[in-house]
Amino acid sequence: MRPRPRLRWTEVVRARAVVLALALAAPAAAEPVPITPAERRSGITFAGPQTQGLQADDTANPGMLFVLDGAQLWQAPAGSAQRACADCHGAAEHSMRGVAARYPAFDAASGAALDLSGRINACRTRHQDAPQLASEEPGLLALAAFVGFQSRGLPLAPPQDPPMAAVRKEGRRLYETRMGQLRLSCAECHDALWANRLGSSPITQGQAGAYPIYRLEWQGLGSLQRRMRACMSGVRAEPFAPGAPEFIALEAYLAERGAGLPVETPGVRP
Amino acid sequence: MRMTLAAALLAVLAAEAAAQTGAPAPALRYAVLGDTIAASLTGQPGDAARGAALMGERSRSLCALCHAGPFAAPHFAGDIGPSLDGVGARLSAAQIRLRVVDMRALNPNSPMPSFHQVPDAPRVAAAWRDRPVLTAAEVEDIVAYLSSLGG
Ligand code: HEC
Ligand code: HEC
Repeated sequence: MRPRPRLRWTEVVRARAVVLALALAAPAAAEPVPITPAERRSGITFAGPQTQGLQADDTANPGMLFVLDGAQLWQAPAGSAQRACADCHGAAEHSMRGVAARYPAFDAASGAALDLSGRINACRTRHQDAPQLASEEPGLLALAAFVGFQSRGLPLAPPQDPPMAAVRKEGRRLYETRMGQLRLSCAECHDALWANRLGSSPITQGQAGAYPIYRLEWQGLGSLQRRMRACMSGVRAEPFAPGAPEFIALEAYLAERGAGLPVETPGVRP
Repeated sequence: MRMTLAAALLAVLAAEAAAQTGAPAPALRYAVLGDTIAASLTGQPGDAARGAALMGERSRSLCALCHAGPFAAPHFAGDIGPSLDGVGARLSAAQIRLRVVDMRALNPNSPMPSFHQVPDAPRVAAAWRDRPVLTAAEVEDIVAYLSSLGG
């Protein structure tokens, strides 16, 4: 037999039109549809009884150690201003109650949306004359966990002002954009396939109210953005940079699609 | 080589498709006929044993993330796609080949990745840019293995 000539990819023909006719005949699965409010379920409801038990018991929940660290940092003078969070905000139990439930929120001073970590960093630079903390730095996670904890049990209630509506709209666009080598969108997994298993893991609705979470696989606390970076790497996409406006927009949309679910910070996940 | 009617038809339709989108669709070489790709992508038959090993490598082939079958322990297999037990009795090698190469040609909304396409979605990570998930030889190994899973 004569050896076949090797053709390079660029010489090649892709027969989209032929298959288009087929696709029209095939029973095409529907596009993912957003989850209705009545169907919303936290990720913890998909976890096994042990993980659920860890999250529910404050003496066993490893995230509580970070909340305790955060409580100390709240009181600690920082930066060249030598001012503590508590110097401006007083007792977090009162002043921070409900705050995490409405973040991300619009920040008029910078003209952009900030998530809770971004707000904490804005306070550091504006009011404490302290350098920003890097994403996933233990001090930032601890403060975010401490502030988030003050809203535990309150329903997520994203703000309805027009600038945030625009940010959420962009977030939804990103959420529904297929990306990466595997060409999957967030919606594909978390709106269409949340009742399924990916390998041995249940795919949940990708609800965000428990963050920062203690993830057993990480052996540590991690932010919502860290979780989203893992999802993006999973579909072989280049993750957005930490703190990128795209991530803030996604967080804002996640808050809207989870509105009404309780804040669970600090959550525990497998 | 004789140009078949199907190949001629394909060339025309592909040119039309490119004209419609205006994008020079980067693509791999194969001819779709009905719901099949009849010819081996390499011109050679694949190796079923290599295909079985590759399907067992969950993070490389990804198949077991979505499908159950004899290539994965049941609790490690996902349930997004149908079980591939006995798939060789349900589908011909030519039908399996198109499903692995480009399931989204049959169902544009399928979550199953197109395994032998140049990625065309945004933000493909650097390590995977311009590369299909599986090479032609890997696809043929998997086709040979799945075809061996009779009823
Ligand atoms: C291929 C499937 C897939 C895609 C695509 C995907 N994820 Fe995920 N995601 C998972 C899996 C699996 C987990 C871990 C189990 C779980 O919590 O669902 C997860 C977890 C999450 C969680 C944590 C939920 C919790 O309760 O802790 C969030 C939030 C999330 N994803 C958001 C996103 C966003 C935003 C995108 C797109 C940028 C995305 N995901 C894309 C599969 C996916
Ligand atoms: C992210 C999920 C996913 C992955 C990964 C995946 N598949 Fe699929 N597969 C599906 C779904 C869903 C279907 C059902 C068809 C549809 O979507 O239209 C399917 C259908 C099939 C079929 C047709 C089965 C039948 O009985 O009609 C074959 C064959 C197949 N897949 C093989 C594979 C192989 C081989 C791999 C890995 C190289 C793989 N799949 C990876 C989701 C997946």
